[in-house]
Amino acid sequence: MASPDYPRFDTLSLHAGQQPDTATGARATPIYQTTSFVFPDTDTAAALFNAERAGHVYSRISNPTNAVLEERISALEGGVGAICTASGQAAMHLAIATIVDAGSHIVSSRSLYGGSHNLLAYTMPRFGIETTFVDPRDRDAFEDAIRPETRLVFGEILGNPGLDVLDVEAISRVAHDAGLPLLIDSTFTTPYLCRPFNHGADLVFHSATKFLGGHGIAIGGLLVDSGRFDWEASGKFPTLTEPYPGFHNLDFVEEYGPAAFIMRARKEGARDFGACMSPTTAFHILQGVETLPLRMQRHVENTRKVVAFLDAHDAVDWVGYPELASHPDHELAKTLLPRGCGAVFSFGLKGGRPAGRRFIETLRIFSHLANVGDAKSLVIHPASTTHHRMDAKALEAAGITEGTVRLSIGLEDPVDLIDDLSQAIKASQRIRASEPAS
Amino acid sequence: MNLVVDGHDVYAYTGAKEFQATRDPLLFVHGGGLDHTVWLLQSRYFAHHGRGVMAVDLPAHGKSGGVALTSIAEMADWVVRLMDAAGVETAALIGHSMGALVVHEAAARHPGRIRCIATLGISVPMPVTDALLSAAKANEHDAFDMVNVWGHGPRAQMGGNQVPGMWMIGSGVRLLERSAPRVLYADLNACNEYRDGLASSALITCPVHVILGRDDRMSPVKAVQPLLDSLADGRVTVIEDCGHMLMAEKPGEVLDLLIAALNVPMHFC
Repeated sequence: MASPDYPRFDTLSLHAGQQPDTATGARATPIYQTTSFVFPDTDTAAALFNAERAGHVYSRISNPTNAVLEERISALEGGVGAICTASGQAAMHLAIATIVDAGSHIVSSRSLYGGSHNLLAYTMPRFGIETTFVDPRDRDAFEDAIRPETRLVFGEILGNPGLDVLDVEAISRVAHDAGLPLLIDSTFTTPYLCRPFNHGADLVFHSATKFLGGHGIAIGGLLVDSGRFDWEASGKFPTLTEPYPGFHNLDFVEEYGPAAFIMRARKEGARDFGACMSPTTAFHILQGVETLPLRMQRHVENTRKVVAFLDAHDAVDWVGYPELASHPDHELAKTLLPRGCGAVFSFGLKGGRPAGRRFIETLRIFSHLANVGDAKSLVIHPASTTHHRMDAKALEAAGITEGTVRLSIGLEDPVDLIDDLSQAIKASQRIRASEPAS
Repeated sequence: MNLVVDGHDVYAYTGAKEFQATRDPLLFVHGGGLDHTVWLLQSRYFAHHGRGVMAVDLPAHGKSGGVALTSIAEMADWVVRLMDAAGVETAALIGHSMGALVVHEAAARHPGRIRCIATLGISVPMPVTDALLSAAKANEHDAFDMVNVWGHGPRAQMGGNQVPGMWMIGSGVRLLERSAPRVLYADLNACNEYRDGLASSALITCPVHVILGRDDRMSPVKAVQPLLDSLADGRVTVIEDCGHMLMAEKPGEVLDLLIAALNVPMHFC
């Protein structure tokens, strides 16, 4: 007899976490725009506060609309639970703050979103947490960077903006051999293109602002726990394995077993740091998640067409997309990302910064802004915007040059996108041709 | 709380309160392949409402050592030896699935030690399909998936967890994955081989509270009548929109039913 089936991805995208509203019959997830929830009696109130009963108390900690989104993303990722946060940055901070203390250390890929790099390189050291950045393609570098006080290994599935593909299975083995969890930023891929838990990752976070929401209307983040990491066996995580005075000496592993991490993140992190998501934002992101499979397919289809166009264009020096045979992670991408390598990529335009400026300013359909993963196509110049706080060495290490242009391919007709790119490239090269020879 | 039974370390969760054997003790017994965490909310509630609580990890489960016991009768006797180790003279026992069979049999074999029992997700007998047994025997992940999919009701397959943000299906399979090799098989086989449960019913003198899920495919409601007929003092409550994993699917309803069943003066329960 074959094993029974779980509901599949497309079905979960629409239904996971939600039942028709029992009070009204509403089919869509209602927006529970309320700060707090009435207790039926004093005993129930006390029981809710003391984790003896399940339910909602205050929307900083949990909210019914947010809970639907949390369950849905957890289901799509294959985790035990999730927590909504105010942004992807808040999700990353919550992951770190839940298990990493002052005096501890993180090993991270050096190909990161600029905001993540800032947090690790400049802000966390103020709180006594140091990070060593390593080449995401160098497994040994991760291993060599681990110290006795290391508590976390971190990387992005597709490094920003060069799309270095992280060998999640190899890096997770390095982390696990050292008794450490692997945290993955899965924003660019979403669970539709890659489910990192299936490859050994232990924790995942998303900027839900991007493809999960998908429409550029709401800022939010999600942190998901696989429930697989054995915190007790590791012996390095007292926040999860020792009594917590901040919650009546609650021992999270003892009480919650596989859900220890995500419960601590909620009971401490949501309570004390307070970077919660608005229920209305959760509703907006849920609308995006409902069509995530359809949108991601179209994002990838459009991207492949645009990549092919640029790759063949004389005015383009290079295109960094892992589905191209020229990309150094092409073979790994075929294994890790068989459904596609997402819809964000960079390319190098001939003519450097002046040509790049003209290109961006001449585009008509692509919007010049600091975001990715919108239904609409977007463009940005990383060296002067998202990664401008990196010094030249860090920029070079992250694969960013003066001529690098990052595109986020949307859901428009790909013919229109290519026409727009074509005319803008043409304009950029006229600038280049008119420049005096040096 | 850590105890020693039969020379092996045993762990019992006490609801984050010091266990006191004099405080109308309650002993919670988990189902096959699981551990004490399935009783988290219920055990924590009673511990903080004046009761001495032990949610035990059976041998080779969770944080307990030893080897998995291979019959329901062995487990029933072991539970009473656990009570001895904890200094408990009499207790109310609450069991789920395999744990329900264990407390059922314990009440039959040790009537003087058991004040009342609550059995959740029980059917007597409790046959297990050959497919599930063979997958569990081979330590195949399919066994976890079968228990997880068949164990949760149709409503729970899509979530709607009362515990905010938690995905029941994911939590269920992850807990099973933590079981040691062949432990699930030992448990399922013990359930399958427990054939004399209805005869044991005749020996049970204490009140029996049976709690079932309307959509339970592993212990269907329609199969409960012979059990009720065999009990001197049995009553059943059915929770709507609920499968076999009652404490995960309907934790609040389960707690309310247990409060009604167990929060009565000691000489009744």
